[in-house]
Amino acid sequence: MEQIHWVRHRCRRLASSRSVRGFYSAPSSQHSERSPELHSTQQLSGKRRTVVARHGPRQHEYHSVSKGCQGNSIRTTKYSLLTFIPMNLFQQFHRLANLYFLFLVMLNWVPVVEAFQKEITMIPLVVVLIIIAIKDALEDYRRYRFDRRINNNIATVYSGKYQRYVDQHWKDVCVGDFVRLSFNEIIPADMLLLYSSDPHGVCYIETANLDGETNLKQRQVVRDLPQQGSEFTPENFHSHIECESPNNDLIRFRGYMEHPNKKRVGLHNNNLLLRSCTIRNTETVIGIVVYAGHETKAMMNNSGPRYKRSKLERRLNVDVLWSVVLLVIMCLTGAVGHALWLWNLKDALFQIPDTVSPALAGFYMFWTMIIVLQVLIPISLYVSIEVVKLCQIFFIQNDKDFYDENLDSRIECRALNITEDLGQIQYVFSDKTGTLTENKMVFCRCTIAGVEYPHEENARRLEVYEQEEVEAVDRSHTLKSHTSAKSLSCKSLSCNRSSVSLHTLTGDAEDEEAPSPNVLPHNAFSSPMEKDVVPDPLLLQKLNCLYSPLFLLRDASLELTYIVDFFMALAICNTVVVSSPNQPRYVVKVPEVSPTKLKSLDDIKMLFQRFGLPRFSTLSPAQATESSHSFTRSLFARGKAPSFNLSPTPVDKGTVAGGEPGAQAITSIKPGLNVARGEHGDQGYEEEDDEEDERRQDVNGVEDNVVILNSGALTGLDNSNKAPGSPGEPSEDELIYEAESPDEAALVHAARVYGCTLRGRSVDHLLVELPGMGSLPVRLLHILPFDSTRKRMSVVVRHPLTNQVVVYTKGADSVIMDLAKSAEGADQSDYMQGHIREQTQKHLDSYAREGLRTLCIAKKVLEENEYESWLKHHVFAETSIENREELLLESALKLETNITLLGATGIVDRLQEEVPETIEALQKAGVKVWVLTGDKQETAINIACACKLLRSTDQLLTANCGSKEMCKALIFELRKEVERRELECGEANEGTSGFTLVVDGRTLEFALEDDLKDGFLELSRRCRAVICCRSTPLQKSQVVRLVQDQLRVMTLAIGDGANDVSMIQVADVGIGISGQEGMQAVMSSDFAISRFKHLRKLLLVHGHWCYTRLANMILYFFYKNVMYVNLLFWYQFFCGFSGSVMSNSWVLIFFNLLFTSTPPLIYGILDKDVSAETLMMLPELYISGQNSKAYLPSTFWLTMLDAFYQSLVCFFIPYFAYAGSDADLLSFGSPVNASALFIILIHQVIESHTLTWLHALVLVGSALFYFSFTLVFSVVCVTCSPPTNPLGVDTLQMSQPLFYGVCALTTVLALLPRLLFHALHNSISPSDTLRATLMEQVNPKEYCRRMQNWNQDQSKAKSLVVPVEDSALTVPD
Amino acid sequence: MGKTKDNPGPLSRRPDNSAFKQQRLPAWSPMLTANSVLPFFYIMAVVCVLLGVWLLITVQNTHQLKLDYTQAGSCNICFEKRKVRANANQDCKCTVVLNIGNTFKGDVFFYYGLMNFHQNLRQYMDSRDDAQMMGRTANLKNPSAYCKPYITDDHGLPIAPCGAVANSMFNDSFKLTYHSAEGSPDVHVPLFRKGISWYTDKNVKFRNPKINNETLTQVFEGTARPPYWQKPVYNLDPLDPNNNGFTNEDLIVWMREAAFPNFKKLYGVLNRASKPFTEGLPPGNYTIEISYNFPVEYFQGRKEVIISTISWFGGQNNFLPIAYLVTGCLVLLLAIILTVFWWKFGKNGQNMEE
Repeated sequence: MEQIHWVRHRCRRLASSRSVRGFYSAPSSQHSERSPELHSTQQLSGKRRTVVARHGPRQHEYHSVSKGCQGNSIRTTKYSLLTFIPMNLFQQFHRLANLYFLFLVMLNWVPVVEAFQKEITMIPLVVVLIIIAIKDALEDYRRYRFDRRINNNIATVYSGKYQRYVDQHWKDVCVGDFVRLSFNEIIPADMLLLYSSDPHGVCYIETANLDGETNLKQRQVVRDLPQQGSEFTPENFHSHIECESPNNDLIRFRGYMEHPNKKRVGLHNNNLLLRSCTIRNTETVIGIVVYAGHETKAMMNNSGPRYKRSKLERRLNVDVLWSVVLLVIMCLTGAVGHALWLWNLKDALFQIPDTVSPALAGFYMFWTMIIVLQVLIPISLYVSIEVVKLCQIFFIQNDKDFYDENLDSRIECRALNITEDLGQIQYVFSDKTGTLTENKMVFCRCTIAGVEYPHEENARRLEVYEQEEVEAVDRSHTLKSHTSAKSLSCKSLSCNRSSVSLHTLTGDAEDEEAPSPNVLPHNAFSSPMEKDVVPDPLLLQKLNCLYSPLFLLRDASLELTYIVDFFMALAICNTVVVSSPNQPRYVVKVPEVSPTKLKSLDDIKMLFQRFGLPRFSTLSPAQATESSHSFTRSLFARGKAPSFNLSPTPVDKGTVAGGEPGAQAITSIKPGLNVARGEHGDQGYEEEDDEEDERRQDVNGVEDNVVILNSGALTGLDNSNKAPGSPGEPSEDELIYEAESPDEAALVHAARVYGCTLRGRSVDHLLVELPGMGSLPVRLLHILPFDSTRKRMSVVVRHPLTNQVVVYTKGADSVIMDLAKSAEGADQSDYMQGHIREQTQKHLDSYAREGLRTLCIAKKVLEENEYESWLKHHVFAETSIENREELLLESALKLETNITLLGATGIVDRLQEEVPETIEALQKAGVKVWVLTGDKQETAINIACACKLLRSTDQLLTANCGSKEMCKALIFELRKEVERRELECGEANEGTSGFTLVVDGRTLEFALEDDLKDGFLELSRRCRAVICCRSTPLQKSQVVRLVQDQLRVMTLAIGDGANDVSMIQVADVGIGISGQEGMQAVMSSDFAISRFKHLRKLLLVHGHWCYTRLANMILYFFYKNVMYVNLLFWYQFFCGFSGSVMSNSWVLIFFNLLFTSTPPLIYGILDKDVSAETLMMLPELYISGQNSKAYLPSTFWLTMLDAFYQSLVCFFIPYFAYAGSDADLLSFGSPVNASALFIILIHQVIESHTLTWLHALVLVGSALFYFSFTLVFSVVCVTCSPPTNPLGVDTLQMSQPLFYGVCALTTVLALLPRLLFHALHNSISPSDTLRATLMEQVNPKEYCRRMQNWNQDQSKAKSLVVPVEDSALTVPD
Repeated sequence: MGKTKDNPGPLSRRPDNSAFKQQRLPAWSPMLTANSVLPFFYIMAVVCVLLGVWLLITVQNTHQLKLDYTQAGSCNICFEKRKVRANANQDCKCTVVLNIGNTFKGDVFFYYGLMNFHQNLRQYMDSRDDAQMMGRTANLKNPSAYCKPYITDDHGLPIAPCGAVANSMFNDSFKLTYHSAEGSPDVHVPLFRKGISWYTDKNVKFRNPKINNETLTQVFEGTARPPYWQKPVYNLDPLDPNNNGFTNEDLIVWMREAAFPNFKKLYGVLNRASKPFTEGLPPGNYTIEISYNFPVEYFQGRKEVIISTISWFGGQNNFLPIAYLVTGCLVLLLAIILTVFWWKFGKNGQNMEE
């Protein structure tokens, strides 16, 4: 557990404009001209580190080289035993309050102003310092123990002495050591991977300890090692490593390894094993340590927890300042009074003969009074607030409603000091994907080559799942809201006249990228809902046509080409890792193709290469495939496959599906050839003619194989095609896909249903099962990973059949459509493409309207020379160290041109449970919910409808502008429109008007500019909800910042992905959802929850409680201090303003510190003004917190006034009772103190909303403590506190009836106004909170009835907004 | 490494469903509405009024007589005399006359009072050494620094008792004579001059230092008397040798600093052993012969003698009974107002509901 705490603080640089994942950070600059040498030398001339093996042949160099490197022991403790006290004190005196009290203590050491004994003034400060120091010490000790455990972990390290690997403690590992790790071991330091038992030189690591991402990441052995392949021997490691100095960038590592032959090999992140990650799926791994201990990337990222100041605390500080002003006034009064008093005193015969002038004495008195009245500044308040917040966090974390059984996770509070901000939120900014929705992607429909496949069965199936789930949680209304919202959304969209045509919208589709993988892949991706896709009958039929005679038709075959390529792209254009369930987390090894098959496969490949149609590149591979399928038909008609009745040509299909790698492909060659020739004879196959006979022979040679092989493997497709009926049926075929993004997994699953199965992955090969061809190893040449600049990813593979270099690209529709548009091919294909583009666009639009996430799939065939030239450039980019990101980006851009659009997919992302209810509750609670998403406008609006952000009565204002002027005009017009409507509807329902603004990314960009932002804000302020679509992470944070700064409101941002990080950091409260997209959002958040619905209770209940509790406690603290200090102040009028106090200084100091400190704590921790159930039922109660009702300046001053009154009563009733008597000073102080205590305690009882036995215990305990303390003190203390002497005073006083008579009257009279005020206020105009509490007290039946009444009232008030018909800009639904 | 095995199972992190952790502790909520507050108000009013009446009756049964003698009668001469500091060592005696109408029944207490004397001035108050007064021999000749500026005299001898408080001890003395109405001879009113201090003070706080078997005079040898004192500390009460030194009760009473600038301090208690004082102080004329030593003009003060009887509730002070009565009435008034409001607005909680 703990390790997560210290390694968790992950990089926060991944903010705003920077890429979210991947290696490209910004568009490239022109570095390509430089030579590689120039590059590396330039780069490494600055800060760098050289590493040589510690026990290798270059041992002699070792010491000089690794002088500056740290060892691997870590120390995360702040203090050591010796330095604890000075260091901790130094830390603590960074706080202003502590300094103030230190100043007071020192002041008391100045003889002329000394008020109390020197030691006594120190007590509060010392107590506070000790409490904090103990807390710090405990924390530090925990860290120390943890460090020790980590440091003493065992690793296997190569020892030069024994010439073998020996066990060592982690702390003894040094830079340059060779460390051998085996399966499931944790990496002790950052190491370069030199050897892996995996034949491909790959090893997998799990970075969960580092960033919480549990998917496997692949690491690769450094390339071109001299000993590659063989067992690694440290003795022969002659190379040295140059790399950058330690830094905290987890995703970047640059350097090179120089071999003895002066050959340099580039090193990058892929070669680095990071400390605290776990080795998976690999038997043995050997690496050389490059960074150790605190220099490892994991440790460099280990920054402390975040610190935010809450709104309440800011308010509090203002009032502390007021207290200071009050203190100064009181001290000035004292000073002037004393000076005047001395002035009037003719001769100080009996008093101390003062040698100083009255003015000077007054000046001294000022400081004395500061010491006497110091309690006015509540030192203990700061400590108390910390304690209360800690307890509040304890309660939040222990709330079982925040517990998620699926993930076994609770809420995680990462910021410790902003709990009360949760109760004051006015604006919620929410991400869409993964926050409102499940981020469980389910393939829904697709369009290929311009033909749409609606997958109706599949849609029906999804609904069934939904229903099942709904029934499972026994909440029937969820479903209802879903469906009704959907119908509503369609309606609203159809009338949306102002929306601009979709393809003009640009923006960032960063939602489509998946920066980090899911937390629990087995839960997330293995659920049958995502895995099983019911194939579309039409598409299935078409695929089956592959094997029927019909395919000979040219059009159909061309389409089939597209279809097969499409699924091929779905299957391989990703970074999905395949594992099988019975050996979890083990990557399925790519099976080596058996010798015979290999031979034939090679032949086939050769054949297909010949088929390659260079001039017709877009068609050739597919054609080849298609032709191959065609042949299988004739062949397998004779085969002995079992009957299979799903398709018109059952036998064919069955064999295709179950086919063994290679075999089927081989059998299909000959007819394929014929077909190709028949159709494209005019395009020339000159070069292959002479080899044709040879090939035929080969084909015949393997024919027997085929028939035997296919019979066994039939079940595979049978299963996958019929799967929906029996999802749980186990089969040997079952594979688990671990994807970095749920989209990818969904697409791979979808492809699988159509027989295009990804079966395994190694570093340079993919094993893909294609319909009709069985498992084929595909050589993976490159992966150009996703980044938010390009908004797409590509894979470069060598096509298994044609042996051509093919690029498959998958990405956001806008980008791919643009790229595809520029494709210039042969005339024929160009026409085709145009048609496809047009159709696809049409389908994309309709997908978006349905709220589906869209992705476009495209491909490109590279000619060899083209590839070669690109490769050269790319390799250079990869090996260069400086500017590698830019160069790689440039290289990727170069490759992804002239692509051919294949089709598009629509993926559905379902809403999380209870999202509509949560949003509705939040809106009722007066919280404005904005949705900021990277999705398309239509998708966003649909989701907004589905989650009740948009209601049927709402009016949709859409702002899509192409230029700034337009934007300006539009904002102006919309504003006028809104104002007009508001005027019509009257002022009564201000702020509840049903306007919803929809802004797209580009318009937002204009609107956020300086001169427009005011107008935009004014407009959006009047809208109940705002939806920003196509927005970038930067824009998200800008919007949040704008609203927060300009409107001065409390904002909350909630999101789950790396794209939300900047927004989460900017907002007052950042909430991360630990969902499917890794931990980056969680890492940067203040609170991490697992479902969106938890937000409801977090805000409405805990937020409300935390705020009211803390606000009340702070007010109470102020009251308490002012009330008590004023007693001392009033006394000054009777003692010549000399700074005398009527109580013993111990009691005086302890009064605040001990006797009256715990009750407010309990009050701040446990007080409940309304029960959780009522708060959930009546979100309106939240509004009081938003308006800071509990702690307004007026409440503060009212409290102060009351404190003044109470202190007056508490002082003057005893004064008059004892005036003229023989009472001495302390005897007078005794009843004053006692009544002050009673007043303060009973005041709290009046203020408390709930009293539990804990309250009673603490209240009674405090009183008893006071009395026992004073009594014991008055018996025991003989000369313990000179010059005052309490001996016998309290014992005597408390034996006299007068004492009690005074106390009783004082207490009653002091509390009377407050009691009366409460009674009158609560009777005449009770607050909502009180009414709610009153409702709780009636019986349950009555409670329900009243609750309904209440809700009806509220809705009546709200529904006064009547949508007005028609407008040029606004569209009523 | 950090994986603890102590909580296996799929739901291991589920929070406890305890009332405390889920914040569902049974609680009583004080709802301060008219409904709940009204009974309390009425009860409070009745209690206050009854208590006030009772106290008033009690206080009315006590007697008190105050006489400002600063410039009264022949004391005016002494007053003028004390204005000049040079006359400090000259005796001055004067007599004041007072008349008692009703019998002061029971124990009668004789006080002296000072007005505008700030015994509670911080610098003044602090100027004392309790350790010295406790009879710690180590402190006797080595008074605490708190005593400044009265630590040592001009010759460097330590002052005992040191400090401004002791130095300024009230040193007027009174002789009370009763002139009975029937013309019988004047009777000296006997006063207990001991037993006027607190038990703890007499027995714990103020002790004479004990050195072997030395007499008090020997013990205090080597110390100086406070500068304003006419007599040394070991000879404060020439009549009673046991009432000397730090245990002198006048000193003890004086050392208990009064809370306010106007205060009284106990001088003596009527000795009711003999006639005619067995019942208390009989009515008639009394004269007080005052040894007028204490100067008050420096602080514009007044001096007075107070003769009073006390009840269980303390001396005669009408404030508290009246305060109770007023409070009781006030609460009653508020209760009635609240009742009106309750009747009009919140009866049966209608207002709470809608």
